[in-house]
Amino acid sequence: MSMFNFSYKTQRYLILFGFLTIPVLLSLTFSYYPAISLLYYSFTDWTGLGWEMHWVGFANYKEIFTRPEIFTVFRTNAYYFVGGLVQTAIALYFAVILTGKLRGRNAFRAMLFLPYVLHSVAIVIMFKNVYHSEYGSLNLFLQAIGLPSWQQEWLGNPHLVNFSLAFISLWKYFGLSMVIFIGALQSIPADLYEAAKIDGASGWKAFRYITLPSIRPVIELMMILTLTGALEAFDIPFIMMLGANGTATFVSKTVDMAFRFKQAGLASAMAVVLLLIVLLFIVIQRKLLFREGK
Amino acid sequence: MVRENKAWTIFKYATLAVGLFVVFFPVYSVVIGAFKTQIEYYQSGMRLPHNWLDFDNFKRVMQVGKLGLGFRNIGIILVVSVAGNILIGTMTAYALGRFDFKLKKPIMGMYLVAQVIPMITTQVATFSVVKFFGLYNHLAAPIVLYLGADVLQIIIYLQFINSIPKDLDESAMIEGASLFRIYRSVIFPLLAPATATLVIMKTINIYNDFYTAYLYMPAQKLRVVSTAIYSFIGPNAAQLNVISAGILIIFIPTIVIFLFLQRFIFAGVTNGAVK
Repeated sequence: MSMFNFSYKTQRYLILFGFLTIPVLLSLTFSYYPAISLLYYSFTDWTGLGWEMHWVGFANYKEIFTRPEIFTVFRTNAYYFVGGLVQTAIALYFAVILTGKLRGRNAFRAMLFLPYVLHSVAIVIMFKNVYHSEYGSLNLFLQAIGLPSWQQEWLGNPHLVNFSLAFISLWKYFGLSMVIFIGALQSIPADLYEAAKIDGASGWKAFRYITLPSIRPVIELMMILTLTGALEAFDIPFIMMLGANGTATFVSKTVDMAFRFKQAGLASAMAVVLLLIVLLFIVIQRKLLFREGK
Repeated sequence: MVRENKAWTIFKYATLAVGLFVVFFPVYSVVIGAFKTQIEYYQSGMRLPHNWLDFDNFKRVMQVGKLGLGFRNIGIILVVSVAGNILIGTMTAYALGRFDFKLKKPIMGMYLVAQVIPMITTQVATFSVVKFFGLYNHLAAPIVLYLGADVLQIIIYLQFINSIPKDLDESAMIEGASLFRIYRSVIFPLLAPATATLVIMKTINIYNDFYTAYLYMPAQKLRVVSTAIYSFIGPNAAQLNVISAGILIIFIPTIVIFLFLQRFIFAGVTNGAVK
């Protein structure tokens, strides 16, 4: 290779410079610059069109906390959080039984994981059909098994719609949580269980005193992912309902504010608030982890 | 293992059955719906379709919904951005994993912190960057946004690189290989297992992404699969049968990937969580 007749010292500089410039520039341009300019926009009255903007101080932030229809959308996010907790519990249950002795466990794993790889927009549209009040397969099924009184307007009933939407998220992601739990469970040394068996502890006791403590960091990680995932919930209500019927989440509201109502300054402030909340939770989680002496 | 009682075994299988039913019920209704005529769809409820060989709905959704165009566009985006992403990822990992230099820690830190910023929320500002570069309504917009390596990818690659013995580099150097050649002929090939996992995970994520294309490429001729089906359902809301066919077509590619490359996907998912 004649073009590389440089000394290794020169080559080292060439490699470091040549290999790292593009990645660093990409990250600065599409992650850091937007994040910093977001902070700046949040103190302006920018519309998002053109480049004219005026400094307005904390006015946008004041608006977020005083205009009730902005901050209260977090109530919608709460549905996704509760859904996420249920999802974590179900996933842990299936992970435990699919790590133990069970015929066909690999096939079960694969089938329960399948929704995670399915196309996300197509999933939402699929559930739109399932939830259809007249022709949807859910109501047809309830009719068929003799429970017509359970039939509902799954998307029309404002008290129900957010449960219906949060369920889609649970349906899609519980297999993912399950596989992550399985990975954690498999890393618990088998002799721990052997020792416990000799001491007469098995079943529930083994789960309580060996399994749970061993996978505690993973459970904590799932909790934080559930929380941040719920705070950032967006595509399901947006694709299904365009945020109508009380399904707007904080992010869908932010997106609307920026691109529909042309209040990019206010939207930036909302994004900053969300970012701070997410960071806060991550810091709390790290603190918890370190307190455990990890 | 512990001898288990019968009731527990029955309970386990019963809950698995419920789980599978919940997973496959919506998929089943889409499959049968896709082969029904519109009238049949509204009249036959959950019954199986009359004619399993009636592919009219599939033809309709491909034509009217422009799914072909969607597949072509997302195909181009996938090939370019995933190839570029792997190149960038391996190069970054080689530089960070094999050399010590002053900026090493700051660059690692940069990747870590960037991960915490929720992407959706900063789009307001990213939007102006994309517009500034003239990439708005251009296939290049999603491509550059998908191009950058994320921290997870870097960590997976770094773990791999650290497990490759440095002797290999040194003996290649004794034979007079340049550092670039070591990257190309030693490191890159040995990273193949990690690359396989990452290619699959990236492909699934990019294929599934709706928001990037929706925001940066509203032009009709730039529709990807996500935005094509999204704009199809609005004006065709009554044709649930045709919509079902569209959903089914869109499901197929990732199902095929999953069936054949499950191992890599599970590896990627589990690796991701440990960090």
